[in-house]
Amino acid sequence: MNSVIRNRLLNVLLIAVLGLFLYWAEHNLDGYKIQILNLIAVNAILALSLNLIYGFTGMFSLGHAGFMAIGAYVSALCVLSPDQKEMMWILEEVVWPVSVIHTPFWFSVLAGGILAALFGLIIALPVLRLGGDYLGIATLGFAEIIRVLIVNATPITNGSLGIKGIPMHSTLLVNYAWLLVTLYCLIRLLNSNVGNVFKAIRDDEIAARVMGVNVFGYKVLSFCIGAFFAGIGGALMGNLLTTIDPKMFTFLLTFNVLMIVVAGGLGSITGSLLSSAIITVLLESLRAVEDPFSLAGFDVPGIPGMRMVVFSLVLLCIILYRREGLMGMREITWNALFRFIDRRKHA
Amino acid sequence: MSTSPLLALDSVTMRFGGVVAVDNLSLHVPAGSVTGLIGPNGAGKTTVFNVITGFYTPQAGNVRFRGETITGRQPHLICKAGIARTFQNIRLFGNETALQNVMIGCHVRQKSAWWMPVLCLPQAAREERAIAEKSLELLKRLDLMIYAGEKASSLPYGAQRRLEIARALATDPSLLVLDEPAAGMNPQESQALMHFIERLRTEFNLTILLIEHDMKVVMGVCDHIWVLEYGKLIADGDAQAIRNNPKVIEAYLGGEDLNSHA
Ligand SMILES: Nc1ncnc2c1ncn2[C@@H]1O[C@H](COP(=O)(O)OP(=O)(O)OP(=O)(O)O)[C@@H](O)[C@H]1O
Ligand SMILES: [Mg+2]
Repeated sequence: MNSVIRNRLLNVLLIAVLGLFLYWAEHNLDGYKIQILNLIAVNAILALSLNLIYGFTGMFSLGHAGFMAIGAYVSALCVLSPDQKEMMWILEEVVWPVSVIHTPFWFSVLAGGILAALFGLIIALPVLRLGGDYLGIATLGFAEIIRVLIVNATPITNGSLGIKGIPMHSTLLVNYAWLLVTLYCLIRLLNSNVGNVFKAIRDDEIAARVMGVNVFGYKVLSFCIGAFFAGIGGALMGNLLTTIDPKMFTFLLTFNVLMIVVAGGLGSITGSLLSSAIITVLLESLRAVEDPFSLAGFDVPGIPGMRMVVFSLVLLCIILYRREGLMGMREITWNALFRFIDRRKHA
Repeated sequence: MSTSPLLALDSVTMRFGGVVAVDNLSLHVPAGSVTGLIGPNGAGKTTVFNVITGFYTPQAGNVRFRGETITGRQPHLICKAGIARTFQNIRLFGNETALQNVMIGCHVRQKSAWWMPVLCLPQAAREERAIAEKSLELLKRLDLMIYAGEKASSLPYGAQRRLEIARALATDPSLLVLDEPAAGMNPQESQALMHFIERLRTEFNLTILLIEHDMKVVMGVCDHIWVLEYGKLIADGDAQAIRNNPKVIEAYLGGEDLNSHA
C-alpha cells in the first residue's frame, strides 16, 4: 500500500480512537481526571506555540504568559453576558463596547488568538531585532507590561479583582478539537518550505539571509503565529478555570510552558505532545509533596510551592544530563514506527 | 560571451575602525567569465565579498550589478537580484537534511504565501512538489543524491562544500561568488574542483567570481584575475600576466611560489 495513503488512514484512525476515548472519559471519569485531561490538551497547545517560536525558529521568547493573558481576557469578556459584566465590575463602570459584546465561545477563542497575535506584532517589530538573551529579557518585560495594563485598565478588565464565573464551554471534546486544529496548522506549516525556512533561521541566520530569506519578516511571522496559538491556549485555560485574574499570568506560567517544551525537545512536535501529558500528570500527582506528612515520628507541615522546587530540580537535571530533552529534534512518525517494527521482526 | 560587466565595483572603500580592509577598489566581472580574486591572508578578499552580498555598506564607492546600483541593499534582496555565494568556512543548515538545505535555497523564487500550504491550496502543493523535484535534480547533478536524506552536518567535508554550492544554485543566480572553494582539499580533490567549476559555468550558464589560495586552481580556471594586497588592487590580467607580474611575486614572496605550479 502507498505509504502516504496508509499514513493518512492511520491518522484518521488515531483521531477516531481519540474521539471515542474522550467520549468515554467524559461519561465515565470523575471531574478531577477530566480536568487533568483538559489541562493536557491546553498545555499541549501552549507548548506547541512556544516550540514554534523557540524550538523551530530559534527565538528565545519569555512572553508567553502575556499572550495567554490577552487570550484569556478577550475570550472571557466575549462570552460573559452583559448583565454578568454589569454586576461584576464594582470598582468602575464597564466601558461601552465591552459592556455589550456577547459572542459564541468558538468566536471568543478565535478573537483571543487574533488579539494576542496583534500584540505579538506590536512587540515583534521593535524587539525581534534583538537576538539571544536580549530577546528573552525584552519579551519578559513586555509580558509584564501586558499584565500591568490589565491591572490598570479597570473599566475593561475589572482590574485586580479579575473575572469570575466565566460560563464553562470547554468540554473535553472542545479542547481536543482545538488541539487538533493547532496541530494540523503547525504540522502543515512546518512541513512546507516555509517550515524549512524557519529552521534555517534557527540553524544559521546569516546563511539564511544570504540564501534570500527575509529573516526579520519570517521571525515576525513565526512570533505572531506562536502568539496566536498562545492566545488560543490562554482563552481555553481561562474558560477551563472559569476564573481569571492578573496574578495568574506571571512569569511562573511562562516557566511551566517553557519547561514542557524543553523537556519534550526543542524542535519536536511529538516531543511537546508527550511531555505535555507527562508533565501535566506529574504536576498534579506531585501535589502530594505539598501535603503534611510525618517522617520518622515527626509531623512535617505542608509546604506550599514544594512542587515547583521539585520541578525546578527536574528541569535542572534535564539541562545538565539530557539537554536535547525527550525527543531532541526527532519526531515519532508512522514511517519511523513501521521501520522500527520491521527491524524487530528481522532481528 | 559578452564583454559588458555583470558586476562592477567603483572605488569601493571599506573601513573597520582604523583598519582599511578595502581601499579604493575598482574591478569588474564580465558576464560569462570565471574571474579570480587573489591576495595574501588578510588582503580584504572576504570583505569584498561581504560588500558585494550586502553584509557591509562601504564608506565610499558603489557596487553595480547589471548596471544597477546595489550598494547597501539588504542581503536577501541582493540574492533575489541574482547573486549567490558560499562561505570560506562552510555555513550549512546543519540540522536539516541535504534536500531541505537545497529547498531552502529555492525559497527565494517561491511564489505561494506561507498560509497557502496550511489551507491545502492546490497551487501551493504543486509549487512545493516542483521545488522538491528541482532540489532533487540539483542534488543529482552535483553527485549528492546519496546524501539527500542525511543531516547536512553529518556529510563528509567535500560533500558539504558541494552542498553549499547546490544550495546557492537553487536560488537561480546569474553570478556565483565562491569564497575559497578548494580550502581543505587535497590535490586530487582540487583537480576535480577545477573541472567542476568549468562544468558549472557551461551547464548553469553562470558567471563565477572566486577567491582561492590554491594557485593551481586559480591559474587553471580563471579567465581574468584581480590581485589584492592590504585592500589595494596591485595587479590584474590573465593567468600568464599575473604569474610574471613582479608586484604579485613580491606580494607572495615567502608564501606561494607561483611558477612552481605552472
Ligand atoms: N567585521 C570586521 N571587523 C573588523 N575588522 C575586520 C572585519 N572583517 C574583516 N576585518 C579586517 O579586514 C582585513 C581583511 O580581512 P578579510 O577577511 O577580508 O581578508 P581575506 O583576504 O579574506 O583573508 P583570508 O585569506 O585570510 O581569508 C583583516 O585585517 C581583518 O582583520
Ligand atoms: Mg577570506
